Amino acid sequence: MTVLLALEKVTRRFGPVTALDSVSLEAGEGEIVGLLGPSGSGKTTLLRLAGMLDCPTEGRILLEGEQMDAEGDRNLATRRKIAMILQKPVVFRGSVIRNATYGLRLRKVEAEEARARAMEALRDVGLDGMAGRAAHTLSGGEVQRLAFARAAVLRPKLLLLDEFTANLDPANITMLEKAVRRFRESGGTVVMVTHNLPQARRQADRVGLLLSGKLVETGPPQRFFDSPETKEAREFLNGTMVW
Amino acid sequence: MLPIPPDELIEITLRSLLVSGAATALGSLLAIPLGSWLGLTRFRGKRIAKTILYTFYGFPPVVAGLIVFFLLSGKGPFAELDLLFTIEAMILAELILVIPLVAGITLSSVAEVDQSVLDTARALGASRRQVRATALREARSGVMTGIMVAFGGAVSEVGAAMLVGGNIQYHTRVLTTAVVQETRQGNFEYAATLGGILLIITFGIYYVLGYFQERGPR
Repeated sequence: MTVLLALEKVTRRFGPVTALDSVSLEAGEGEIVGLLGPSGSGKTTLLRLAGMLDCPTEGRILLEGEQMDAEGDRNLATRRKIAMILQKPVVFRGSVIRNATYGLRLRKVEAEEARARAMEALRDVGLDGMAGRAAHTLSGGEVQRLAFARAAVLRPKLLLLDEFTANLDPANITMLEKAVRRFRESGGTVVMVTHNLPQARRQADRVGLLLSGKLVETGPPQRFFDSPETKEAREFLNGTMVW
Repeated sequence: MLPIPPDELIEITLRSLLVSGAATALGSLLAIPLGSWLGLTRFRGKRIAKTILYTFYGFPPVVAGLIVFFLLSGKGPFAELDLLFTIEAMILAELILVIPLVAGITLSSVAEVDQSVLDTARALGASRRQVRATALREARSGVMTGIMVAFGGAVSEVGAAMLVGGNIQYHTRVLTTAVVQETRQGNFEYAATLGGILLIITFGIYYVLGYFQERGPR
């Protein structure tokens, strides 16, 4: 498997707080990596670093072997190979279709093509019938579906999902999980943070557990969930970990 | 019956709109990028820069006029431009009033745009300039308010227009300077009429700007 994303001994400190501590992780092309861990364990920090929204204090992050530099616009072309959905997705002013074409307009994709691609992405998440609606009138679940379509339409090589189905009903969760699988089948790589353990088991090809900024264990979901190797993973999974 | 012919009245009114409109438009072109840059960029001394900008909110129009007067007068560095007592000089003086207002209100408006909106823009591949454009679009109500406030300040000011324009009939007389002139001459009814026209015009402009502020995608 060709490695798409590689974190090499990445540390991120915020003043005296070490949010990530020498984490090394790889994600291959067409792979779904699930990141688990309690709140405050560094999952979102890791995603923000991988999404080039932040810079590591130490270590380096590579995409297709090229070192990423989140500072300014120096690596804009690399950043445009990645799309990230934040934990609490927001919509921009304007209609659903205007939101869905946002990233394509940034990339100067011709209007007609952008609209066609956006409609296809909206169809994938069941929002094509709402294309003309003001985005701020959507429900929470619809906003999360729109956020997914807005990112997936860019056909990024790497899609970063931060609790992308949190607070959603089962129907919305199923719809988005299917969309993630379709994205993966088209060759895309996904790194997803989730608190939903069954979801990680269903979706991920590999899972990793972060605790206090350290990656304590990674492995295939079946092995990780059925026979975790570390004491910390066992305690996390059976709910006895004191946090 | 009006003490001056209607065609002169129309001319004065149009000149007022031209001077204030041009100052507001030109000032906004400069001030909106400046305000959004100040609002979204971190740099040392930002607090001081903001405070200086806010201080200029209360900049006396007559002082703005005085500065432009000195610059353009016979002993000033730009004397050879021969702009004193022209519409261009009036626009220049009003620019000094417009820029801090539009820049300051733009700054506050973009600074209030939620960080998650800016992060989302970056996460979808926006460059720095595109992030600023997105923030401006999200803050457009506030930016429009800045433009409206600045236009109100420009169209209603009299000190700068009088100093650098000179209230010359058929040349630089505008509604506000005409009000002063007519009041001094005891033509109170006419001065009141001019004041009424000024109010109606301001109402009309604000109505149109307000429409654009509220209209469009939210």
